Amino acid sequence: MTSLALYIHWPFCKSKCPYCDFNSHVRASIDEPRWRAALLRELASGAEATRGRELGSIFIGGGTPSLMAPTTVAALLERAAAHWSFASDIEITLEANPNSAEAARFREIAAAGVNRLSLGVQALDDRALRFLGRGHDRAEALAAIELAHAHFARFSFDLIYARPNQTVAAWRSELGEALRRAGDHLSVYQLTIEPGTAFATAYARGDFELLDDDTQGALYEATQQVLGTAGLPAYEISNHARAGQESRHNLAYWRYRDYLGIGPGAHGRLTIDGGKYAIANHRVPETWLGAVERDARGSVARAALTAAERRNEMTMMGLRLAAGLSRHDFRTETGDEIETAFARDRLDALVGGGFLELDSAGLRATAAGRQRLNAVLERLLA
Amino acid sequence: MTDLKHIRNFAIIAHIDHGKSTLADRLIQFCGGLSEREMKEQVLDSMDIERERGITIKAQTVRLSYPAKDGDSYELNLMDTPGHVDFAYEVSRSLAACEGSLLVVDASQGVEAQTLANVYQAIEAGHEIVPVLNKIDLPAAEPQRVKEQIEDVIGLDASDAIEISAKTGHNIEAVLEALVTRLPPPKGDEAAPLKALLVDSWYDAYLGVVILVRVRDGVLRPGQKIRLMATGASHQVERVGVFTPKQQMQSGLQPGEIGFITAGIKTVADCKVGDTITEERRPAAEPLPGFKPLQPVVFCGLFPTDAAQYEHLRDSLAKLRLNDASFDYEPETSAALGFGFRCGFLGLLHLEIVQERLEREFDLDLISTAPSVVYRVHLTNGQVMNLHNPVDMPDPVRIDHIEEPWIKATILVPDAHLGDILKLCEERRGVQQDLTYVGNRAMVIYRLPLNEVVFDFYDRLKSVSRGYASFDYQLDGYSEGDLVLLNILVNGEPVDALAIIVHRHAAEKRGRALCERLKDLIPRQLFQVAIQAAIGGKIIARETVKALRKDVLAKCYGGDVTRKRKLLEKQKEGKKRMRQFGQVEIPQSAFLAALKMGDE
Repeated sequence: MTSLALYIHWPFCKSKCPYCDFNSHVRASIDEPRWRAALLRELASGAEATRGRELGSIFIGGGTPSLMAPTTVAALLERAAAHWSFASDIEITLEANPNSAEAARFREIAAAGVNRLSLGVQALDDRALRFLGRGHDRAEALAAIELAHAHFARFSFDLIYARPNQTVAAWRSELGEALRRAGDHLSVYQLTIEPGTAFATAYARGDFELLDDDTQGALYEATQQVLGTAGLPAYEISNHARAGQESRHNLAYWRYRDYLGIGPGAHGRLTIDGGKYAIANHRVPETWLGAVERDARGSVARAALTAAERRNEMTMMGLRLAAGLSRHDFRTETGDEIETAFARDRLDALVGGGFLELDSAGLRATAAGRQRLNAVLERLLA
Repeated sequence: MTDLKHIRNFAIIAHIDHGKSTLADRLIQFCGGLSEREMKEQVLDSMDIERERGITIKAQTVRLSYPAKDGDSYELNLMDTPGHVDFAYEVSRSLAACEGSLLVVDASQGVEAQTLANVYQAIEAGHEIVPVLNKIDLPAAEPQRVKEQIEDVIGLDASDAIEISAKTGHNIEAVLEALVTRLPPPKGDEAAPLKALLVDSWYDAYLGVVILVRVRDGVLRPGQKIRLMATGASHQVERVGVFTPKQQMQSGLQPGEIGFITAGIKTVADCKVGDTITEERRPAAEPLPGFKPLQPVVFCGLFPTDAAQYEHLRDSLAKLRLNDASFDYEPETSAALGFGFRCGFLGLLHLEIVQERLEREFDLDLISTAPSVVYRVHLTNGQVMNLHNPVDMPDPVRIDHIEEPWIKATILVPDAHLGDILKLCEERRGVQQDLTYVGNRAMVIYRLPLNEVVFDFYDRLKSVSRGYASFDYQLDGYSEGDLVLLNILVNGEPVDALAIIVHRHAAEKRGRALCERLKDLIPRQLFQVAIQAAIGGKIIARETVKALRKDVLAKCYGGDVTRKRKLLEKQKEGKKRMRQFGQVEIPQSAFLAALKMGDE
């Protein structure tokens, strides 16, 4: 069996960013020892269910996990090491905000065992950072990047593009600067308006306008070109890395490998006795806390996925990768061949249209196909 | 039994919203037909769709018992008639069953076009007409002005018009009293052979087919063997009764009376409105005058959005026809829409009502194609074909000429909007017949081709007049027209469901508008979509839906996969509303665009 990926969710933020629809919450005060105890408790239950597996990666996300005391991070990693054997090259990532207070903890976080940092830089422009509601400015971001360089062998940072009024030329130059400062990995996301966020309200009210489809397309294409030329091609729709520097943890999602989710709102996919289970935790932190303190687990749903659901999930995730769906993995997961799993005429039309490639290695979306993956998936699966 | 002198049969003529149903409710209430508890709004409009839209589709009748001021008790039979032109023939039969009418006019609104058509029918039927001004309690009521209007426009003496408020119940008794004193009693001979007018029929889940009748001569009794003179079918009467509005069985119906019978009849299609019922054993020598079989004048294709619903649609049409024999349907196959039915209706409202009932009462999701009228295509070989589906249009080389149906439209409109109305009528190839003024309103009579009217005319009329114009029409024969078949092509393939027959001069404009609209309606997809309008081999308009440039979620991690999969599964449901067309998928709303081009 392949190695297991572990995700730990820290749901708290100092403030809620207007674009963010992740499971993040702002609380006046947090009883950290209590939350730490609950995370450790659920970790033990998760270990029970996955006994004997090797951990290939750990990802501590949020929320803002860099707000956790480094001692909490250390306690989580120590306990994980007690439950599972670690792969020799285990990747342990923590998400951090690039403001000065949090950056001051980078050394201790590295000392706790984290070997990869993911920084939420989002923009290198003060006006854009204000629009995005970030708690840091450009100078803080640049300083945090320097510190990340100093303390972590591997680090990545996020950028958000397709911001209102952004031009292709301005984005190219921002990307150029990002490349000069970057390590071997960059995540580049398009701004989208998600329901329930502050931006959704503001956008509906007409406070700002989004770029039209064609400009968004041009920005995406510029991203591929600039980062590709610089040696950080997209290995996934929004993720760029030098060869070998891909996020192992996120690859586990996209390759539809098993992952265990710990913490409020965390999701998991676990193969147990040949069946694949989708597990979802309570989203509201206090509800999750109560459940874990009572039952040692915070899950709200656990469902065996049908063959069609497994096929769909694997395809949706796998086609995001430049490498695509491996024929071998597809067969192992679904028991079916790519050629027979999908409607042949649809598959042929998508291959003929230049959106998919099918060969002995497997099925993959071309650059044109990845850029339009929703439409490709709709055609292929819906 | 009541003697003829104490019977009064009457109809109520009114424009939509002028208060006909409310007045009927009040009359029933006054005569104690229903207790307080049983009264609900618009007792007579029993279908949901009738209540909601404030229209009457099926004729209904109520027998009221009214103790008049002369000390005698009178049997008042109220015939509630459909108020819309689509049901003009039913209206004429309902009116033929009565001796008089109440003309109800909203005292704050005045006479409307629809009222006119019906009141003229009533005058033609020889009715005594009692004008009633309703909503007299409204601050905007202008009884004096409306009375003048009734006199000017209709030519009725309105000096004795009764001013009422059906809403508050004000002066209701005066209406009842006027019915007794001003309407003539019916005539008839009890001893003569049975002669009864078939006014309407419907399917009742408990009773089977129920026939509404007005007896002229003779007596209609349970057990009697009857014959329908137009169809020749014989049946045995099972039940005879009246509505009060509750069903009340009777030992018989005598001359002058209105009531219902059941006679083991299977479908309403066997009961032609206007037919004469006589006794098998002693038939009447002549049927009552005026029977004419109904002909659908507007046609469209109805298709289920989900192909799996085809059988359900077929069964539902059959069930609906049990109750409404005035629409026709036959199976139709469309390359774009799949299996469905070509349906014929009495008019646009009738079309809308049938479609809405199918969707509502039978839980169907339907696509309807652009309505078409019946064209007479004269072929070069001398044959004439009735064409009601554009896809059946013969090759132009075989056509000598085409005739299309025309209507005579009556439009009442405030002077301020007259210019726009005239412009609209001219755009629609209208020919002005008359223009007169009624107070500050103009009454225009136009001859118009029906195919220009089925195409969003009513919506445009309402919009250019801000809702103030009222409109009515009657069919007015066929005339030759320069008509062509306009095809819409998507990626080179004709979309049969979007083909329309139009006047040559309007073809380019319609074609371009349709292409533009489709361009907005067809979402960008992986492949470019070419939309063209063509007459024969000649392309007259073209639009392109560019291929999608980008369509992808930026983020998708472990948690998102469930949400994204569910989204995809939901899209799968939505896809049932899409039709695969070559490499592209067209949403059903694109097809509906052919109907809804009024707001550009």
